[in-house]
Amino acid sequence: MKPAPFDYVAPAILDEAVGAMATGGGDAKVLAGGQSLIPMLALRLARPTLLVDINRLPGLDGIREASGLLEIGALVRQRALERWAATRSPLFSEVLRHVAHPPIRNRGTVVGNVVHADPASELPAVLLCLEGVVVARGPRGERMIPADRFYRAPLTTALGPDELATAVRFTLPPPEAGWGFAEVSRRHGDFALVGAVAVVTRGDDGAVSRARLAFFGAGGTPTRALAAEQALAGRTATPALLGEAARAAAAALSPDADIHATAAYRRQVAGTLAERTLAAALARCGGAR
Amino acid sequence: MTRTIRVTVNGQEHERAVEVRATLADFLREDLDLTGTHVGCEHGVCGACTVLLDGEPVRACLMLAVQADGLRITTIEGVAPADGLHPIQEAFWAKHGLQCGYCTPGIIMSASAFLRERPSPSREEIREMLAGHLCRCTGYHFIVEAIEAAAQALAPPTPRPTSPRE
Repeated sequence: MKPAPFDYVAPAILDEAVGAMATGGGDAKVLAGGQSLIPMLALRLARPTLLVDINRLPGLDGIREASGLLEIGALVRQRALERWAATRSPLFSEVLRHVAHPPIRNRGTVVGNVVHADPASELPAVLLCLEGVVVARGPRGERMIPADRFYRAPLTTALGPDELATAVRFTLPPPEAGWGFAEVSRRHGDFALVGAVAVVTRGDDGAVSRARLAFFGAGGTPTRALAAEQALAGRTATPALLGEAARAAAAALSPDADIHATAAYRRQVAGTLAERTLAAALARCGGAR
Repeated sequence: MTRTIRVTVNGQEHERAVEVRATLADFLREDLDLTGTHVGCEHGVCGACTVLLDGEPVRACLMLAVQADGLRITTIEGVAPADGLHPIQEAFWAKHGLQCGYCTPGIIMSASAFLRERPSPSREEIREMLAGHLCRCTGYHFIVEAIEAAAQALAPPTPRPTSPRE
């Protein structure tokens, strides 16, 4: 047994889980899929005094698509979203294939991955790119936290110590939008050294009407490339313009260096992936052209 | 802190009090003496401890034993028939898909679920699946071949084309 001792509760009612988080006095952790938390316990990087296992809570395992939103409950496994996406969302299908390995995705939850806030993780960048929100429940009730205000630092979010995330909501791109996703990692399923995700919509005149680009593994948090998005909006996308926007996006990043890659390498790869994902997104744009 | 759990492992029901911080891998090995589930890294990287939870592969080191309460687990001990080996085990034997054997139980558990979902996988798909398992001996080539051979062994026999004379 490697984890340090802790108390354990597995409430069957959401309010009880929220109450338990409050009694933990900042030292309680939510256990859902456990695929990030349990390694941290095993390595004793985390020593919570109380684990609140939410796996018995009812009503948190739903995937709901309505009026352009995709809502995913806190107990939806990554594998369940992957299976859902197989027939409905090529973007999510491609993204999920890159999240660790099937045995991890069978247990790991989408919401857990989003709130764990590993900067090299795919889904947080997708949430940012798709202007999603995190639905949080705490002693003072429910609140929505937009993705662009959610990520603060590696493994650090706007979620309070007494709050638990009950769902995430992605804003689905319109059907005529195109998407691109790419990452570089040493091995399939490893955390990305760098990755990018892009969603682009074109107007009737063929010009870019809207572009969204986000990076992961390129800084302390997932990062949106706002300047590049603005540089593309309203312009006719030529290869030169894409290259320019991608280079500008990469120049604005502050990637970290570690044993896997230097900061300069990450910035260069980020630029290349930005260009590729934007080009892929444009190529997939449907509708009027 | 302990809790009593009831789990079905390889078809047999067990009721035990477990320490809440014990992982499922600890429980299988220490409490049930099912030491075929190997633990390598104990933090989810190596895949050696992979077991089936309600038929789906999971890392036994990345879940607490208490979380398995009420669920059905299959370990490597539950794979082979009473006399002999499972076709995947046969294929690993025939194709030299193992050397020291430490990673083998986890790979066989993953492969059994994988081949159920993809009965005739490409080499690329097999390699993508194997990315979740570390093997330090074989260099993976023979494991890929073993899984290919297992897929063929498990495939339903194809009907022979009828000859035009018949």
